[in-house]
Amino acid sequence: MMEIFEPYFALVNQENLWELLIMVLQVVGVISPLLVCVAYLTWAERKVIASMQLRKGPTHVGWAGLGQPIADAVKLLFKENAIPANASKVVYMIAPMMVMIPAVIAWAVIPFDEGLVVADVNLGVMYLLATSALGVYGVLMAGWSSNSKYPFLGAVRTGAQMVSYEVSMGLTVLSVILMAGSMNLTEIVKAQETVWFMIPAFPMFIVFIISILAETNRAPFDLPEAEAELVAGYFTEYSSSSFALFFLGEYANMILMSAITVVLFMGGWLPPMDIAPFNWIPGFIWFFIKVAFILFIFLWSRATFPRFRYDQLMRLGWKVFLPFTLFWLVLTAGAMHVFDLV
Amino acid sequence: MIADILFFMFASILLAGSLGVVLSKNPMYSVLFLVLSFFNAAGLFLLIGAEFLGLLLMMVYVGAIAVMFLFVLMTVDMTQQDDDGKRSPLFVTLVLVTGGVLLFEIIISILAGVASNTRLSEFVATQSDVQNIVQLGQVLFTNYVYPFIAVSMILLVGMVGAIVLTHRKREGALKQDISEQIGRTREESIEIVTPSLGKGIS
Repeated sequence: MMEIFEPYFALVNQENLWELLIMVLQVVGVISPLLVCVAYLTWAERKVIASMQLRKGPTHVGWAGLGQPIADAVKLLFKENAIPANASKVVYMIAPMMVMIPAVIAWAVIPFDEGLVVADVNLGVMYLLATSALGVYGVLMAGWSSNSKYPFLGAVRTGAQMVSYEVSMGLTVLSVILMAGSMNLTEIVKAQETVWFMIPAFPMFIVFIISILAETNRAPFDLPEAEAELVAGYFTEYSSSSFALFFLGEYANMILMSAITVVLFMGGWLPPMDIAPFNWIPGFIWFFIKVAFILFIFLWSRATFPRFRYDQLMRLGWKVFLPFTLFWLVLTAGAMHVFDLV
Repeated sequence: MIADILFFMFASILLAGSLGVVLSKNPMYSVLFLVLSFFNAAGLFLLIGAEFLGLLLMMVYVGAIAVMFLFVLMTVDMTQQDDDGKRSPLFVTLVLVTGGVLLFEIIISILAGVASNTRLSEFVATQSDVQNIVQLGQVLFTNYVYPFIAVSMILLVGMVGAIVLTHRKREGALKQDISEQIGRTREESIEIVTPSLGKGIS
């Protein structure tokens, strides 16, 4: 019996270990800054919304409240992890992981700078769409397994919302792929060297920004957690570290969606103009600045807009965005053909 | 080597997941196991170099179809289903016939495969520099363009049919006309009066 496994033991030699070590280092190198960004995004959100509403936001823990995210995390992790008596326990515990994992694994294909990408695959865009399709399962599983009314209703709403907006997001992405002529994210960024896609495809850029707001369940589309109707939506029953995972997953998803927007429409790591003061700054800093800008739009819209009603949300997704993105896709294809840009 | 380990991992989880679909008492668990199976089947596709098909399987089956199953199950009242183990004879025959035919087909295809000495590696996508998706596009839009259009037509008919069958005009349903709401002017929506003292508005 053992000799069958013999070749597999031989796998573990020095060269393979070295490769494995590099892989692990790459993963750690992407995920740990991401988690720090997630923590400080919560701080930034409170500060930005506070200043828009003429308040001060967190000020007590550390300088300008910079210790607040850490204090919050410690507080959350030391609480009791309660599981409802009638919950389906295995599904209940897997659900938060299913929210967090897709938000993290998608980073494998995001290029931070030229060549600074974990996996430079040809179907990067497809990979992103496939992983973002997984996110809805965490939500549905959480809502169903809690065996409680509010989480259930919240989960049904979220599921419908995410599936609806994925359609218009996919069509928007298709028009970008048409313009770039590739599904490789590095190639898409390189295709934007002459002009960022947000300029010729400005309406699509707007549609995409609105769709990512709906996709990540952020205000003004945060219906799943409309507190006046549904308490906290699908994660009402969760506490402690499993709640923390939902929370981290939501913010990691926000950063991920901003990064996708930057890669698809705002030229990734490219400077706005390839002239002296701009191209002194390294590419990944440009990337970071652009992601921060899109994240600011997330927070800005949360402080500005009232929540949509559910039927208005569905109307916007299916009756406005879907026909419009379809029309724009045909228009893009036609323009590419007529002006011989293929 | 690594590919071998991955293959056995994906294949065994795929089989275990499929067993889970059939054996779970709760239909909700069945669908979740089904998602697990789809996921591992996508892994197998990736492993033989058909990355486009693998990711497409994930997007379409995991991202859309299984979600629809979940939705239906979540909204169906499952407490009424008390399973007393009794099945009508028609149901049993139907299940046995379908299962038998499928099993027969699998055995036949395995035997044919063994007989013809075709190895799995011959089905593996060609290792040329041309991308998977480009190859697919070239085949779909040249050799198979008529079947391709026919399939898209069938899908369209299916969609239109579903809408026609389920759509009902409801009498007295309140609807919001956003353009009408936005198009309202101040003159037609409010009237400003200055009532004289002690008389009110009549």
